[in-house]
Amino acid sequence: MLTLNCPYCGIAADETELSPGGQAHLKRFGPGSSEDEFEGYLFMRENPRGVHFERWRHSNGCGKWFHAARCTSTLEVFGTYSAQTVEPPAELRKTISEKRPGWSWGEFS
Amino acid sequence: MSEAVTALNGAASDGYVRVEDAGLCGMISLRGDLSDAKVKKACKDVSGQGMPAVRGIAGGLDGGIGWMSPDEALILLPYAEAPAATARMEIALKTVHALVVEVSDARAVFTLRGEAVREVLAKVTPADIATLPVGELRRTRVAQVAGAVWLSDETTAHLICFRSVADYMFELLSRSAMPGSEVR
Amino acid sequence: MSTRLANGGRLVNRDRAVSFSFNGKQMRGFEGDTLASALLAGDQMLVGRSFKYHRPRGIVASGAEEPNGLVNLGSGDMFEPNARVTTTEVFDGLQAGSQNHWPSLEFDVGAVNAKLSRFLPAGFYYKMFIHPRPLWKHVYEPFIRQSAGLGKAPKDRDGERYEHFYAHVDLLIIGGGIAGLVAAKAAIGSGLRVLVVEQTAAWGGRAPVDGAEIDGMPADQWVAQTVAELDAAENIEMRTRLMGAGVYDHGYVLGYERIGDHQPGASLPKHRLWRIRAGHVLTATGAIERPLSFAGNDVPGVMLASAVRDYAVNFGVSAGDRTVVVTNNDDAYRTALVMKEAGLDVPAIIDARDGGAGALGAEAEAAGIRVLKGKGIAKVKGGKRVTGVATCAMAGEGTPQEEIACDVVAMSGGWSPVVHLWSHCGGKLLWDEHHAFFRPDPERAPTGAAGEAFVSVAGSANGAMALANVVVDAAAQGVAAVKAAGGKAAKVAVKAEAEDMAAMAPVWMMPQGAKYELRTKMWLDYQNDVKVSDVQLAAQEGFESVEHTKRYTTLGMATDQGKLSNINGLAILSDALNQPIPQTGTTTFRPPYTPISMGAIAGEARDTIFQPLRKTPMHEWHDAHGAHWEPVGHWRRAYCFQQPGESVEDAVQREVKNTREKLGLLDASTLGKLIVKGPDAGKFLDMLYTNMMSTLKVGRCRYGLMCSENGFLMDDGVVARLSEDTFLCHTTSGGADHIHAHMEEWLQTEWWDWKVWVVNATEQYAQVAVVGPKARKVLQKLGGLDVSRDALPFMGWAEGEIAGIPARAFRISFSGELSYEIAVPANYGQAFWDKLIEAGEEFGVMPYGTEALHIMRAEKGFIMIGDETDGTVIPQDLELNWAISKKKEDFIGKRGQERVHMTDPDRWKLVGLKTVDGSVLPDGAYAVSEGSNANGQRNVIGRVTSTYHSPTLDRGIAMGLVKHGPDRMGERLEFPKVDGTSVHAEICDPVFFDREGEKQDV
Repeated sequence: MLTLNCPYCGIAADETELSPGGQAHLKRFGPGSSEDEFEGYLFMRENPRGVHFERWRHSNGCGKWFHAARCTSTLEVFGTYSAQTVEPPAELRKTISEKRPGWSWGEFS
Repeated sequence: MSEAVTALNGAASDGYVRVEDAGLCGMISLRGDLSDAKVKKACKDVSGQGMPAVRGIAGGLDGGIGWMSPDEALILLPYAEAPAATARMEIALKTVHALVVEVSDARAVFTLRGEAVREVLAKVTPADIATLPVGELRRTRVAQVAGAVWLSDETTAHLICFRSVADYMFELLSRSAMPGSEVR
Repeated sequence: MSTRLANGGRLVNRDRAVSFSFNGKQMRGFEGDTLASALLAGDQMLVGRSFKYHRPRGIVASGAEEPNGLVNLGSGDMFEPNARVTTTEVFDGLQAGSQNHWPSLEFDVGAVNAKLSRFLPAGFYYKMFIHPRPLWKHVYEPFIRQSAGLGKAPKDRDGERYEHFYAHVDLLIIGGGIAGLVAAKAAIGSGLRVLVVEQTAAWGGRAPVDGAEIDGMPADQWVAQTVAELDAAENIEMRTRLMGAGVYDHGYVLGYERIGDHQPGASLPKHRLWRIRAGHVLTATGAIERPLSFAGNDVPGVMLASAVRDYAVNFGVSAGDRTVVVTNNDDAYRTALVMKEAGLDVPAIIDARDGGAGALGAEAEAAGIRVLKGKGIAKVKGGKRVTGVATCAMAGEGTPQEEIACDVVAMSGGWSPVVHLWSHCGGKLLWDEHHAFFRPDPERAPTGAAGEAFVSVAGSANGAMALANVVVDAAAQGVAAVKAAGGKAAKVAVKAEAEDMAAMAPVWMMPQGAKYELRTKMWLDYQNDVKVSDVQLAAQEGFESVEHTKRYTTLGMATDQGKLSNINGLAILSDALNQPIPQTGTTTFRPPYTPISMGAIAGEARDTIFQPLRKTPMHEWHDAHGAHWEPVGHWRRAYCFQQPGESVEDAVQREVKNTREKLGLLDASTLGKLIVKGPDAGKFLDMLYTNMMSTLKVGRCRYGLMCSENGFLMDDGVVARLSEDTFLCHTTSGGADHIHAHMEEWLQTEWWDWKVWVVNATEQYAQVAVVGPKARKVLQKLGGLDVSRDALPFMGWAEGEIAGIPARAFRISFSGELSYEIAVPANYGQAFWDKLIEAGEEFGVMPYGTEALHIMRAEKGFIMIGDETDGTVIPQDLELNWAISKKKEDFIGKRGQERVHMTDPDRWKLVGLKTVDGSVLPDGAYAVSEGSNANGQRNVIGRVTSTYHSPTLDRGIAMGLVKHGPDRMGERLEFPKVDGTSVHAEICDPVFFDREGEKQDV
């Protein structure tokens, strides 16, 4: 049962106050995209053992979507950050590198 | 005009904490930039309160503002004043990107009274109610529904939830306050 | 026989007698007794029968590890099965009954299984009941069901109440024995919020029973003083009868508090489930004594040595007159001394070790107790009660040497730390060679949200066995835990004298070389009847993984989850596999530590608040006027309004007719109402809906479809443009919340630079559909808003007052009739409804429910989300191309709908279906065609999505999705029914009624 800090209202929210939103940093492909691009966008997902980036919504709270970086095997939370970004903040990536040297996830490392 | 009635029509229960329908309350939901001067002024004009800080609630049910999210505030005011206040705010914010919607009828408001208000709330929400400062508005899960709670003093708590679940909430809180189920 | 001693019993109040019943027999106990101690005081050693062989079973332990003493408690709505006698506090009027026997505890027919035990080896059921297959249903399954199962399932609704409680603490200490109390002292004045929980009713754990001295005073006195000191600390909360049941991620811990169990009728909750968030968890859960594996170790009267001592010291109860102690360690000598001191016979201590004990050995001999060294028990004599033991050389094969008469065998195979809570969330274990047990590996602790170790262990749970070690370890762990939780630790100095003790010697089988015949009588798991020979057989048959052996033999799978049997079974398996124990590993410990009640898990969520029921402002009125309720999400909506003497079906037909001919009212308050505003609102809605919303004129309404990115239809509704930059989007009843969430998701996570705000105003309004030829008349009678055709044309909306109530009226129709949907503030909803009913009387007004709504929309060929759609249907399938904009470059779902499978001309498409004989097609029926598929099933070419009896047309009408449907008008399809017959229906236009839409636009 996780607790994640909502970066918008500052609450250390209980998992039951949150709704999971799947993998973070998906790039939307719409009309005009190739079959592969669209398949990747809709269906292909990272499934790492280790560092992972996810979307969560503070649904029983301030209602805001946010991003979380955590370890899927130990559940360590490296940080939470704004939903209005297309990549994890540099500071957070540095923190993760300190804790999990050599990590990579999708296009990030 | 006909009589307006709340979902609970004034119900109350006396357990080791008293649970009561707070009656008709005026509420206006504002979506917008809370730091915008016009927004702040429009809110103050109808509530008499300044914009609270993150998670804060200024004033009370007859004139207050609750911080709901970085771009949402809940104005509290007397029920009868809400429609006109909504209209006034809309005019005041005509040039600002903001949405003002009256939600007085969309919600049910409860008042809990007693020494053990924190304890009773701690039975139904995962929020850390024991350390919730007076004057902080906590939006959270209340058993199986969403709710917002705050304490106006150590023995008085207020809770807002959707109108449709008013019966559920009343029963839930009344049971939690049932004599014999004191935790401490 | 077991009996109450004249003196002693530190936990019982001899001034307060209580009476209770066991299997109908009246018995007496004292306040403070457990059911186990009270039963023993009344010479009731036999408490149950084993699961498989129905062997007589007696009380073995004195705590949560008890495998045998499970009883049914209470009756009627207070009935509770599988209560553990050792953890059930006795009270006046308690009714207990033994379980798993037939016809009686004393005489059990199933015990014949024991005679057949050589035919019921490990894996017996797997091997036996596979063939021949036809026997399974009528022979094997009934036989297994008859013999399997513990306790009885309650028949009545539980009459007790339960609740949850959320606690947030910096430090949680689980276990109120010496270790827990010593550790807690470190938290005094630390500024931390600390909770200390103890599963029993008494603080202090085992130390007082062992006659220990702490800080120069008797343990009892030290415990009382320390508890008082901790109680007085403002930052520390102390609670008994609260078990740490499970430790989960990020410091989440479940605690199980038993409040009303021992004081029924006091109007208390029975149990309270504590949902604790702890910054740090310290477990001081002690250790559990292990049985020894010797032949006949399950005969009633064979008990754990510590339990025999507990009953004597804590409850003043002797388990028997003559106690033989059998052990591989010094601690069990204490039992011999306690029994001797109570004036009872201790004919011998049988010590498996050649060297015997340390100081306690000398003490025993000084007390005149005979100590046999290097010896074991060859066999226990007796059936329903021990009558004696035959000794043998520990080293041999079990040739009997001497018979010693006794009625109790107090055994000790050493102690195992209670590592369950440490392990629940990933803590790993070390094998401790010296003590022959697993203990927590401090290097591999469970980790929390910041990657920190969030559980630590103190005292014997941490492998610190003697009291002198316990206090030292607990002080250090307490200080470390306070620091880990971010507090300033107090100095802790607690002293206990070290004792001269000889090392224990691992004994996994007694005697060491026991022959097969003896091994088939050595029980490992008392509750599930697993013996040494079963585990050996499993190993022989190739079950090398401990997890496989566990499942194959059912070792440790009973309600005690192997608290006594785990290590012994593991050792036997390791021996059979010829490998060291740590290499075999251990099974995974999972929460809860002991079973917790379903009631506690459910908490307050039962009967009327089992789940939130959403009610519209007119709910009570509906209820009082014959509403037959239907769940729609969490809402309750009236399916129809039954009049006296009327069937549900008749009511529905009447409501449709009345609405089509006169005037009907529908409570449409549940429809979602989302207000979308901003300079980019039109652009945003163009992305959300398949059709163009930005071109909608202020004052007008437009029906729209919403799809997921996959292209599948997920919601529909009417959008009204309230002003240049404001729209009101109606959603389906079930869709309001998730469509609101859907909008927020796109605005917050994809188009965060678009200027759009959304508010869910669903519950602000009560909405009433005023429908039928007389709809305008009734509204005009109520007065106010001009609802004439010119002022408020079809698909328009207007705002004003109706009957003095502020209202917004939408000229939209889901029935094909003249229709107004009128939204008023929810608090006026009932008043508005009342006025409509009153004013409508002269026009023949009647309320109608959701089924009439469904029929009327189906007569008009309108689709319903959830009927015509199921998450795999795109709007094109439903012939809704008119509502899909060709001009827009993009909308959510557009790309998805371009995929090959979505544009396949073979997709099933919406058509109307008319049965040839006028009957009603079964819901969900499939249309079949020639041939069959690879599975031998008939090929299908379509299915029914909606089907009703239309009162308007007085025949069955349906809609369905059919392959090439729209091109096959007039064709007849065959729909097989479950009874083997078929219905034939003709493909037709889905609009059955008023195709031109003349009725709604008047």
